[in-house]
Amino acid sequence: MTRESPSPTDPRDEHELGTDIKSTPETERNGAADRPVETDGGNVNSPFEVVSEFEETRRDRYRKLYDAYVYAPVSIIWRDWRARIGLTIVVLYLLMGTVGTVLVEPTNVAEGSALINPFENAEYILGTDGHGRDLLSQTVHSTATILKMVVSGAVCTVGIGTTVGAIAGYKGGMVDTVLSSITDVFINIPGFPLVMVLGLMFDDIILGNPYAVGVLLSVAAWGGLARAIRSQMLTLREESFVEASQAMGMRTHTIVFKEIIPHLMPYVVINLTNAGRRVIFEAVALYYLGILPFENLNWGSTLNLAYQENAHARPGALHWFLVPMVAIVFISVGLTLLGQSLDRVFNPRVRARHEKTTSPADPEGEPDDTTNANDMMGGI
Amino acid sequence: MVTVDWRVRRLGQAAFTVWAVLTLSFVLIRMMPGNIMGAMITRMTQQGINPGRARELVELRMTIDPDEPLLTAYGSYVVDTLQGDLGQSVYYGEPVTDVLAGALPWTLFVLSWAVFISFFIGISVGALMAYWEGGKLDVGLTSYAVLMGSIPFYVLAILLLIFLSYRYGLFPNGGRQPIGADPGFNLVYISGIIHHAALPIISMLVASGVASLGMRGNSIRVLGEDYLRVARLRGLSDITISTQYVARNAVLPMYTTLLISIGEMFGGSIVLEQVFQYHGLGWYMLSATHQRDYPLMMGGFMVITLAIVTALLLADLTYGYVDPRARRAQ
Repeated sequence: MTRESPSPTDPRDEHELGTDIKSTPETERNGAADRPVETDGGNVNSPFEVVSEFEETRRDRYRKLYDAYVYAPVSIIWRDWRARIGLTIVVLYLLMGTVGTVLVEPTNVAEGSALINPFENAEYILGTDGHGRDLLSQTVHSTATILKMVVSGAVCTVGIGTTVGAIAGYKGGMVDTVLSSITDVFINIPGFPLVMVLGLMFDDIILGNPYAVGVLLSVAAWGGLARAIRSQMLTLREESFVEASQAMGMRTHTIVFKEIIPHLMPYVVINLTNAGRRVIFEAVALYYLGILPFENLNWGSTLNLAYQENAHARPGALHWFLVPMVAIVFISVGLTLLGQSLDRVFNPRVRARHEKTTSPADPEGEPDDTTNANDMMGGI
Repeated sequence: MVTVDWRVRRLGQAAFTVWAVLTLSFVLIRMMPGNIMGAMITRMTQQGINPGRARELVELRMTIDPDEPLLTAYGSYVVDTLQGDLGQSVYYGEPVTDVLAGALPWTLFVLSWAVFISFFIGISVGALMAYWEGGKLDVGLTSYAVLMGSIPFYVLAILLLIFLSYRYGLFPNGGRQPIGADPGFNLVYISGIIHHAALPIISMLVASGVASLGMRGNSIRVLGEDYLRVARLRGLSDITISTQYVARNAVLPMYTTLLISIGEMFGGSIVLEQVFQYHGLGWYMLSATHQRDYPLMMGGFMVITLAIVTALLLADLTYGYVDPRARRAQ
């Protein structure tokens, strides 16, 4: 988003230097017409000797980096109500998973009396379960585990999906045929049953390792994203900037990951939050069904215990279900809202209006960009 | 490159997927570090059956022979499976195909209703949102759709079970058919079946949230097209425009989404049928998992895979008839 230096054909330069017949476009560009001209007619000035007219201190550079990567995204996000709510919720859960585990003590069986209703006892605000364990403490302490699953699962899903899709779309030919066939197989395999079977087989690796659960859940989830990225890649690779990069002799790896992928970022980010939500749903479902082994209680295993002990048929046990359910629904609302608004962060036109260190790219100040997250979802 | 008809290619791809899943389940059963057959033999030995007899029983039930060389075992496994022999269930003592064939219709019954109702709701709500885009109704319905997308169907299922079944007794609290009624085409039995299936179907309606957002996006895209302006200039009535022009074009992409979501719902039926104790495909697969009844578990996995592959194949093959543009492009 920085301003480009004047191009060689800039009319102003030509007018100024028009008298110097021998000067080549390169020398004009450097504004080096006042330098002595060599007798052989060439000019030994190289662009590398020219010093920038702007001084940039280290502090400026850090300020620019802060502006581009922290200030602008946050201020863009903050202008959208959906994002404000979403971000607040996600930050809340992050705090719960980190600070919360220090503040709230882990709970034990028969700590309080069984099935205290919420908001009745100051010591157990959210009540206790059938074994007298504090539900607030259960919820807080499982947040860290769930967040670890979400992070590893979402990163894995999106990482594999984007890489496979991008390479298949860019390379084409045999590579595309092979990668696309693999992708199709993974789209067709029923995800949840596969994960269930795999979870059963690898239960010793999974026990007490939330990152492994995330990776396991991503196995069946990356196919759809890979297909979508591939089809977008097919159009993007025909663009002129890709041809320019190829002409400059850049490596394929650099072209795909440094030049083309940034164009797909909005799509990738929305899928990151969707994948996170999916990981939560499936992980909780697997724990609820009692398929994955667990050491400490989490939202899913709490639901499992509640169902096992017939809490749905008992009158005073509703909160045993409700507390973990609210935890699940709330974080997934947060992720959905955040994902829907994050695409604006990657929209250069919205972005330029929020960065202080760059001049706005649209001086007309056109109203909010109409890119709508819902439109993106329609493509899924 | 030789241009093969795309239908043939697509068919080949479906066959490839089935083969891949077949091979995968073979690998899982035969070569897993935990060795499923070893585990089954140990389990039986613990139950007091002597090891030699246990081995015979396991061999009888699995279509994979642990002692055969790898390739021979693989070959006979593939042939057996293609002939419809999925082994014998350890727990029920019946052929896996019989157990699953008895369960499949129930799951299909619930899922087909769930898919059609949720897409009907999703499409209607999405069209409404697009029509009043940016208005209060749009904001309200969008919030509804986001909320629906954030509730896992099993959470809704448990809540429905607690309130509508246990608290208010409006629906039965489990099972798939009325107790004591004669199976057949009589009113008591049919209405009992519908009564039992109602809660599972309603739980699956959370899918309508995602569908409505998709429909909203499609409709808004269609609303911006030039041919709609032409239609208005020609003086066509609003009803003609909305049904003949907007709806028909916006619904087209939803067709693929619909068939793909059938696949996801099949996976979801495992959790759903556990909540309502509805004895369908998912319930049998889950109970097989808990009882380490591997032939039944892998059989269920194969059947679900086949169902999804068929659904997606149908979607791709028939899309050309639904959308003439796709036919021309292919």
